[in-house]
Amino acid sequence: MFEMPSGAEIQSIISTLRAGAGYFIPEIYLSALFMVLIILDLVLRGRKNRILASATIIGLLGSLYFIFQQHGLPDTEIFFGMYALDRFGIFFKYFFVLTGVLAVVISIEDEQLNGQDAGVGEYYALVVAMVIGMMMMASSTDLLMMFLAMELVGLSAYVLTGYLKNDKRSSEAALKYLVYGAVSSGMLLYGFSLIYGLTAQTNITKISMELIQHGYDPLVMILATLLVMAGLGYKMGAVPFHFWSPDVYEGAPTPITAYLSTGSKAAGFALLMRIFFVAVPHVSEGVEDMLSIDWLTIMMIIAAASMIYGNVVAIWQKNVKRLLAYSSIAHAGYLLLGIITMDKIGTQAVLVYLSGYLLMNIGAFYVIVTISNKTGSENLDDYKGLGKKMPLAGAALTVFLISLVGLPPTFGFVGKLMIFSALIAKGDLFMWLALIGILTSVISLYYYMFIPLNMFLREADKDNQAEVRTGMIPNIVTAVLMILTLYFGLFFQPIADFAGYSASMLGAVLN
Amino acid sequence: MLSLIVFLPIIAGLVILAVPASQKQVIRIVSLLAAVAQGVIAVLIWRQYDPTMAGIIAAPGGSPVGSFQMIERIPWISLNLGSFGPLTIEYFLGVDGLSITMVILTALISIIGVLSSWTIQKQVKGYFILYNLLATAMMGCFVALDFFLFYVFWEIMLLPMYFLIGIWGGPNREYAAIKFFLYTLFGSVFMLLVMIGLFFSVVDPVTQHHTFSLVAMASQENYVAGSILGPGSVMWRYVAFIVLFVGFAIKVPMFPFHTWLPDAHVEAPTPISVILAGVLLKLGTYGMMRINFPLFPEVYQAGLYVIGVFGAINIIYGAFCALAQQDLKKMVAYSSISHMGYVLLGLAAGNSEGMLGALYQMFNHGTITAMLFLLVGVIYDRAHSRAIDKFGGLASYMPVYAGIVAVAWFASLGLPGLSGFISEAFVFVGAFTSPTTRPIAMVSVLGIVFGAAYLLWSLQRMFLGKRKPDALYELETDAHGHEHIHFHDWNGKIDLDARELTMLVPLVVITIALGIYPMPVMGMLTASINKLVTVLAPVAAAAIQ
Repeated sequence: MFEMPSGAEIQSIISTLRAGAGYFIPEIYLSALFMVLIILDLVLRGRKNRILASATIIGLLGSLYFIFQQHGLPDTEIFFGMYALDRFGIFFKYFFVLTGVLAVVISIEDEQLNGQDAGVGEYYALVVAMVIGMMMMASSTDLLMMFLAMELVGLSAYVLTGYLKNDKRSSEAALKYLVYGAVSSGMLLYGFSLIYGLTAQTNITKISMELIQHGYDPLVMILATLLVMAGLGYKMGAVPFHFWSPDVYEGAPTPITAYLSTGSKAAGFALLMRIFFVAVPHVSEGVEDMLSIDWLTIMMIIAAASMIYGNVVAIWQKNVKRLLAYSSIAHAGYLLLGIITMDKIGTQAVLVYLSGYLLMNIGAFYVIVTISNKTGSENLDDYKGLGKKMPLAGAALTVFLISLVGLPPTFGFVGKLMIFSALIAKGDLFMWLALIGILTSVISLYYYMFIPLNMFLREADKDNQAEVRTGMIPNIVTAVLMILTLYFGLFFQPIADFAGYSASMLGAVLN
Repeated sequence: MLSLIVFLPIIAGLVILAVPASQKQVIRIVSLLAAVAQGVIAVLIWRQYDPTMAGIIAAPGGSPVGSFQMIERIPWISLNLGSFGPLTIEYFLGVDGLSITMVILTALISIIGVLSSWTIQKQVKGYFILYNLLATAMMGCFVALDFFLFYVFWEIMLLPMYFLIGIWGGPNREYAAIKFFLYTLFGSVFMLLVMIGLFFSVVDPVTQHHTFSLVAMASQENYVAGSILGPGSVMWRYVAFIVLFVGFAIKVPMFPFHTWLPDAHVEAPTPISVILAGVLLKLGTYGMMRINFPLFPEVYQAGLYVIGVFGAINIIYGAFCALAQQDLKKMVAYSSISHMGYVLLGLAAGNSEGMLGALYQMFNHGTITAMLFLLVGVIYDRAHSRAIDKFGGLASYMPVYAGIVAVAWFASLGLPGLSGFISEAFVFVGAFTSPTTRPIAMVSVLGIVFGAAYLLWSLQRMFLGKRKPDALYELETDAHGHEHIHFHDWNGKIDLDARELTMLVPLVVITIALGIYPMPVMGMLTASINKLVTVLAPVAAAAIQ
C-alpha cells in the first residue's frame, strides 16, 4: 500500500519541517545540551560532578533566552499539526526549565547522590532529557506526539529514580515506577487508539471537530475517556492512580523526588488541560454535548478523592519524603479544581498554583536534603530539636510548609486563593468542591505541622545542641527560596498577570 | 502613621534577627523600645482622632473612604479576572471609633507583654522575633480596611502564636498549641471562601472594579445584583453570615467553640496569656462588628436572638466552669469566656447602649484580664503552682499583691467605681431595652452572681484565712518554740518587685480611672457606635430584602 512519495512531495515535507524548526528552537537547543553533557561526561576525568552540574545549570538557563524569543511569534501548529507554539506552551517551557535548574541545584547538595562510586555521569543529561520531554508534553497537539513525549519523560524518570544503585529502596522504587508506568502507558495508548478508531484523527483539534460533526458512540467514548484519564492520572499522581507515588517518592534520590513531584506532575496537568480543553467538545462551542460533562464528573471525583485521601493518609506518615508524597497527591486534587471550572480564571489559577508549588515544594525538598546530609535521615523522629541546631533551615522549612498549607503571606496562599476564586466565580455549582478543599487544607495543617513540631517544640534526644554548619551556598539558596515564597505571597501581581496572559491555548476557547 | 504603628514591631524583629542570640538584654530592650514607640504613636493617634467622625461606612456618592481617619490607601494588586473584569486589592488602613479603642488597647497590652516577657530565659531571640511578628499582625488586623489585608494579618497571627505556646508553654504545650492552631484555622478558612464570594459580589462605586474594600462592602448599594452574595441571594447570604460568625466566634471564643481557650491559657507563658486574653479574643468580636454584621445586616437582625442566647450561655456556662476550677489560671480563662459573653449579649441587643457596652467591655476586659493573668503569673513564678487550695492567707505576707488582686478581682466582677461595672451596666441596659434580648438578659444577670461567687470564693480561699505552709514557704519552729516563715528562693522579699509593679500599676490606674470617668474611651466610640446601629437598623436591613 505504501507508495514512495514523489520528489515534489518530499520537497514540500522538508520545507514544512524547516519552517517548523524555527518554532522549535528551545527544544533543539536542549537536545544539543543533552549531547554536550554526555560528551562532557566522557571527556572529563576525575571529580566532575560539580562541573557537569554547573554546565547543566548554565545550559538550562541559556535556553530561557530562546524561550523568551518565542514571545514574538504568532500562535501556530507546526510539523503537520503535531506540535503547537502558544502562550500556554511557553509558560510551561519556562516552568520546566526552572524546575530542571532547581532539581540540579538540589542534586549538587545531595551527598548520597554525589557519594556514589559510579559518579553522576548521565544523571544530568537525563534531567535535561526530562525537561525536553515535559516541554513536549505541554505543547503536543497530536496523540502520538503526546504519547512519545510522555514516554521520554517516563523513561528518563525510571532511570533517575533508580540512580542510587547501591540503595535497595531506590532500585525497588524504580522497578515499581516502571511497572506502574508501563501499565498506565498501555491504558493511555488503548484510550488513544479508541479515540482514533472513533474519529480517524490524531490531531486534537481535528478530533474535536470530528466529534462535533459526526458524533460518536457514547459507550466507547466513555471507555476511551476513562483510559486516558487513567494514564494521565498516573502522571499527575491523583487518586486512584497514585499507588506508585509514596514508594517512588520515598525511594528515589531526593532531588528526583522533588523533580517528579513538581515537573512530571505539572507536565501531566499541562497535557490534561490541552486534551480536555481542545479535544473535548464544550458547550461553549455550541455543542449540546455530554462528553465534557463526563470528563467533568470524572475529574470532580478524582479531585475530591485526591484531596481527601492525600491529606488524610499523610497524617500517619513517619517519613518526611513519604509525607510530602501524600501531600503531593492532595495538591493534584487542588490543581484539578482549577481545571474543572473550564475557564480562563481557572486556567490562570492552575498556572499560578503550579508556580507557587514549584517554589515551595522544591524549597521543602531542598531543606530536606540539607538536613539529611547532616543527620543521614528523613525520619520525622530525627527532626527533633533541629530547629535550634539549624535555625535557617528550620525557619525556611516552616515557611515552605505553611505555604503548602496555603496560609498567607505565602505563595501557596495565592494559589489557593485563585483556585477557590475560580470555583466560586462559577456560583454555587462547585461549592461542595471548594468546601472539601477548604476542610482538607485544615487537615493538612495538622500533618505539615508535625515537622516544625519536631524541629522546634521537641528537644533532641542526644545532648549535642551545637549549631550545625550547613555551608554558604545551601544557606543562600534556602534563604532565596524562602524570601521568594514570601515575596510572591504579598506581591503576586507579576506572576498572576503572566499566568493570565499564558492562559491562552491554541484551538481552545477560554473565557 | 498607621503603617508605622503596625510595622514598628516587625522592624524591631528584623533588628533582633541581626543581634547575636547571646545579647539577651539588647534583644529585650529593642522589643521594649518598639512597643513603647508603638504606645507613643497610639497616644498621638488618640490625640489627633476626631471623635465626631463616625467611620463604619462610606455615604453613597460621598468620599469612597467615608469618614475614616488617618487613611492610607495605596493600590496593591490589580488583577484581570477574565470575564469578571478587574479586581483590586488595596493596602488600605484607617481608623474609626471601633478600631481606635482596640489600637490603644493593643499598644498598651503589647508594652505590658514585653515587660512581662522579661523573665523568659529560653531562646530569647526566637521568642521576641515571634512576639514582634504577633504584635504587628494584631495591630494590622485592627486598622486594615481591606478584607484581603485583614485576612493576611489575621492568618499571620496564628503561626507565632502556635510557636509561642508550643515552645515556651507548659507541660502539655504541644497539644494546646496545635489545638489552638487547628481551631482558629478551621474558622478562618471558611472566612476565605466568604471573602472570595464577597469580592465577586461587590464593586467599588468609583472604579467599578471588584474590590476587597471593607468600606465598599459595608454599603449594600455596592453589591451586584445576581451575584452570589448580592441582594436576593438569601440562602447564600445566610450561609456566609453564619460561616463568618462561626469563624469569629471561635476566636471570641463562644460556646461551643471555646474548648481551645482553657488549654491554650493554661499552657501559654504569662505574657502570651496576657496577649491572648487582652487582644486576640477581641479580634473575634471586633471582626463581628467590623465585618460580619455590617455586611449582612438583615441576617444579623434575624439572628439577634440566637446571638443573645449564645452570649447568655457563655456568661453562665463560663462562670460555672470557673467556679469548678482548682487551677487559678484555668479559672481566669473561664472567666474570660464568661466576660466575652457580655460582649456578645451587648451585640445581640442591637441598640446603641448594648453596642457601646460591648465595645467598652472589650476594652475593659482587655485591661482587666491582662491584669488577672499577670497576677496569676506572679504567684506561679514564686510558687510554681497555681492550685487554689494550696494557698491561704497570702494577704498577710504579700499585702501589695493582695491589694492589686483585690482591685482586679473586683473590677472583674463588676464592682461600681471600677471600669468593668460601667461596660456591664451598659450591656444590660441595652439588653433590657431591646425586646428580643430582654428575657435573655434576665437570665444572664445570674452570671453576675456566679461571677461574684467564683471570684470572691477564690479570693477568700487564697488570700484570707489561715496561712498554709505551701509551695511558697515552710514554717520552721526554732529552739524557743516560735514559728518562723522560711520562704523558698525569694529571700523573704516575696511581694511584688519593681518590674511587676510597672506592669500592674498602670492597669490598676486605668481600671479605676475609667470606672470613675469613662469618657476618654467612651467619647471616642459613641459616634461610630451610633452609626453602626443605624447601619444595622431593622429599617435598613429590611430595605435589602
